[in-house]
Amino acid sequence: MIEVRELTVKFKRFVAVDDVSLSVAADETVGLVGESGSGKTTVARAIVGLQRPDSGTITLDGVRLGPVARRPKARQRAIQMVFQDPRSSLNPLMSVASIINEAWRTHPDSAPTGDRTMAVHRLLEDVGLDPSVARHRADELSGGQCQRVSIARALAVKPRLLVCDEAVSALDVSVQAQILRLLVDLRRRHRLSMLFISHDLGVVHQIADRIAVMRGGVLVEEGPATEVLGSPRHDYTRSLLDAALELNTHHGEVGK
Amino acid sequence: MSPLLSVAGLVVDLPSPAGVLRVVDGVSFDIPEATTVGLIGESGSGKTMTANAVIGLLPGGAVLDGALRWRGEDVLRADPGRRRRLRGREIAMIFQDPLAALNPTQRIGRQVGEILRRSGMRRDEVRRRVVELFDRAGIPEPSRRLRNYPHEFSGGMRQRAMIALALAGNPALLLADEPTTALDVTVQARILRLLRSIQRDEGLAMLLVSHDLRVVAHVAHQVVVMYAGRVAERGPTSAVLSRPAHPYTRALVQSVPAVRTRTAIAHPLPGAPASPARRPAGCAFHPRCPLARERCRSEQPVVRQVADGRWSACHFAGEVSRS
Ligand SMILES: Nc1ncnc2c1ncn2[C@@H]1O[C@H](COP(=O)(O)OP(=O)(O)OP(=O)(O)O)[C@@H](O)[C@H]1O
Ligand SMILES: Nc1ncnc2c1ncn2[C@@H]1O[C@H](COP(=O)(O)OP(=O)(O)O)[C@@H](O)[C@H]1O
Ligand code: SF4
Ligand SMILES: [Mg+2]
Ligand SMILES: [Mg+2]
Repeated sequence: MIEVRELTVKFKRFVAVDDVSLSVAADETVGLVGESGSGKTTVARAIVGLQRPDSGTITLDGVRLGPVARRPKARQRAIQMVFQDPRSSLNPLMSVASIINEAWRTHPDSAPTGDRTMAVHRLLEDVGLDPSVARHRADELSGGQCQRVSIARALAVKPRLLVCDEAVSALDVSVQAQILRLLVDLRRRHRLSMLFISHDLGVVHQIADRIAVMRGGVLVEEGPATEVLGSPRHDYTRSLLDAALELNTHHGEVGK
Repeated sequence: MSPLLSVAGLVVDLPSPAGVLRVVDGVSFDIPEATTVGLIGESGSGKTMTANAVIGLLPGGAVLDGALRWRGEDVLRADPGRRRRLRGREIAMIFQDPLAALNPTQRIGRQVGEILRRSGMRRDEVRRRVVELFDRAGIPEPSRRLRNYPHEFSGGMRQRAMIALALAGNPALLLADEPTTALDVTVQARILRLLRSIQRDEGLAMLLVSHDLRVVAHVAHQVVVMYAGRVAERGPTSAVLSRPAHPYTRALVQSVPAVRTRTAIAHPLPGAPASPARRPAGCAFHPRCPLARERCRSEQPVVRQVADGRWSACHFAGEVSRS
């Protein structure tokens, strides 16, 4: 469905993303992992059109995508992003209802034809929020609620690909599990494709069908989640796995 | 043998626009000599406030109650001079953000040597000892690196510098508040390994504060689980994690995202962590608890011994690892 081919992004002389090719099929969730600075966010920003590639192409259903400003509206809305910090990605002074209505103003072709209030309520229920949340301002919500609103805003415009950049990293574990579960359920209900970025292999494992591993701007390994985690081919993937902490290893074994 | 540090019925009240907030509400646990105790809980559960109370670093207006006994001596009521000597010498602290603790305008070697110089150590000896401390903290090329400024160090190296600084006073207890939360996984694993080996080799006691059960599981001998400013359960780490005696611990264990199992999202706990500002009556966990019943809504459970070395604040502790 979405295909990134030979993507390169430079900041001045610095090559942040180096010849990366990656695709996400319909209904598929691809996890993108790697350490800080490896280029994950830069790939995501290029896909949603917030970052101009220096070379390479990004295509949606075989049609090439330019920068966001020059994308036809329908193609813009097909790809939505959910960010890490649930608080700073929502305008704290706006009500939840207006946040969602604004998304419909930007993409009128996705707006409901009937009663907007009812549509907002249905959307909130879809992400596990009580409809009464519609009246609240974003700064009155907990971190988990904010992240549900961000997801509702993305879903409001009926995207086909959801790009989640560290979307659960700032959340407490119990809330993290709720949001991951929500994403898995939504993905099934709405037949969404997902690019799920996280530095936490354990988190990615809960949700991804395939996993791509980046290091220093380069994609070093890519394959089915069970294979990449079960029998990694690249040394770097192996070192990430060695460093990943588990509960069931006894006290006394931190990596090697 | 009496423990190195005993925290007994610790209460921390903070002033807030909405009235006094009880952010720590009757917390008790011991830190035996040469033992690592992990303090775990979700954000706002009072972990930092508890650790900061131990070292006497609380915001203005904070009111404390309960007892903090250091080798049997009541340090909560000790005079400020005694408390200052305790902090930085016998008890040292490392934080999540080393930049906040390091002076940006001073060479790191000088900062680490400060406490040694103040104790009257000769210049050449200070230098030798600082090189030793850098080496102990795993900083490569110590004699060159001690001339660097904090901004010339990577995040992981800064955390190592903090560790060297903390070890300089030759403490008996190290408080580490989320020491690896801001680091990449591979760096985190190295720093945790370092802390463990230092703890073991130097016979240090450590209070490791973390929101990540995986971190605590790897480093701590004993664990204290906090919820809404109170202790939910405590005991030996492996026993607590394999057979929790509190439904909250069980939920935390089950929601840990693992690389080898895909079960973290099977039964997520509903709701959000309780805050001290809106602490539910009775058992603070009851609105989210799968085992909650009438009694939980009205009667606050006390922390009681439920097995050898195991303490739980659940009315129905015995049912947790059975259901
Ligand atoms: N606007 C920018 N200007 C200059 N350099 C940038 C810019 N954005 C990113 N970089 C650099 O590009 C590299 C990749 O950054 P990116 O944010 O994509 O990494 P990441 O994998 O998302 O890291 P993290 O896990 O920390 O979020 C980094 O070295 C970063 O410093
Ligand atoms: N300086 C402060 N003034 C007022 N309240 C505070 C302050 N610092 C923390 N709190 C409150 O105290 C409670 C416990 O906080 P903290 O100990 O930092 O939790 P944790 O470290 O477990 O995340 C929280 O409700 C927090 O909002
Ligand atoms: S006391 Fe009741 S509500 Fe609290 S943890 Fe136990 S069963 Fe759950
Ligand atoms: Mg990023
Ligand atoms: Mg804290």
